[in-house]
Amino acid sequence: MKPDSTDRQLIDLYQRNLPLSERPFLEMARTLGISEAEVIRRLQSLQERQVITRVGPVFEHSRAGASLLAAVAAPEQQMDLVAARISRAPGVNHNYAREHTYNLWFVMTAPDEDTLQDRLRHLEHQLQLPILQLPMTEGYHIDLGFEIDWEALP
Amino acid sequence: MNPTNEYLAVRPEAGEAPPPSPWGLLRLRQQLETGLPLTPRPYETLAEHSGLSEGEVINAIRQWQAQGLIKRLGLVVRHRTLGYTSNAMVVWDIPDNRVRDVGRVMAGSPIVTLCYRRPRRLPDWPYNLFCMIHGISRERVLTQLGKLIREQQLERFPHSVLFSSKAYKQRGGCYVGHD
Repeated sequence: MKPDSTDRQLIDLYQRNLPLSERPFLEMARTLGISEAEVIRRLQSLQERQVITRVGPVFEHSRAGASLLAAVAAPEQQMDLVAARISRAPGVNHNYAREHTYNLWFVMTAPDEDTLQDRLRHLEHQLQLPILQLPMTEGYHIDLGFEIDWEALP
Repeated sequence: MNPTNEYLAVRPEAGEAPPPSPWGLLRLRQQLETGLPLTPRPYETLAEHSGLSEGEVINAIRQWQAQGLIKRLGLVVRHRTLGYTSNAMVVWDIPDNRVRDVGRVMAGSPIVTLCYRRPRRLPDWPYNLFCMIHGISRERVLTQLGKLIREQQLERFPHSVLFSSKAYKQRGGCYVGHD
């Protein structure tokens, strides 16, 4: 089910600046002209339909423990196998296939830098493939949420 | 300072109030990974589960936002479900003395959803600037990229476009305690 116009408003208005008051959903309800119960029901439904993953904070991960972007060049016919091993490794939270010689890209996280390096060494040993380590050295983007171009969607 | 401890530097709401419990703050931090509970008083629900008061929860979240530990508070959209099925990581080789300026301008483009500087790994990897473009189709993403290159005069910088062909795993980070 596609998001209707009220769902779209919820998304457009509240990818950031969710109220920090005792009754945040009531405040949102007043802005949208619907009831608090309806706001909650719609958020639940958006979550169930996987239009949103959650309502909540997006943490600045570069400051919360250690993390980095990493890549490996897996032999084409072993990609799924290598990807499965990467996904199972502790601290991996994103793992994508991309069209490049470096064809598997993942984000590895850990509570601190030493643990991160241990995890990478361990995974490298397990995969028998060198891991390209690309930590962020500077971020230029401020996360304001991503403006949805509703008209362009299929 | 251990990065996790940054979350403990929460001042009490009022001058005389005792500082919030460190264990409570860490429990709160962990619970927030899965988002707000969808109850009429979500901060009170979080307070019950973390052993803090509702006021302490709101106060902690407000301060974490002010400190930049929380980038934003709101709906976290799953773009793929909506039809943003094409995502390209575009990597650039920019001279070191220009990369910051180029990165800042690039980050200001509405089509760019992330923009980071990362180290080169020569000879295998010559690229030092990464940006992400999400779109509803490959053609559209490439058109948008072409426009970005023209508008920001990026023609002279070598770049490579890495479309994602499959998502094996995609979820928010978990940094406190588990994993």
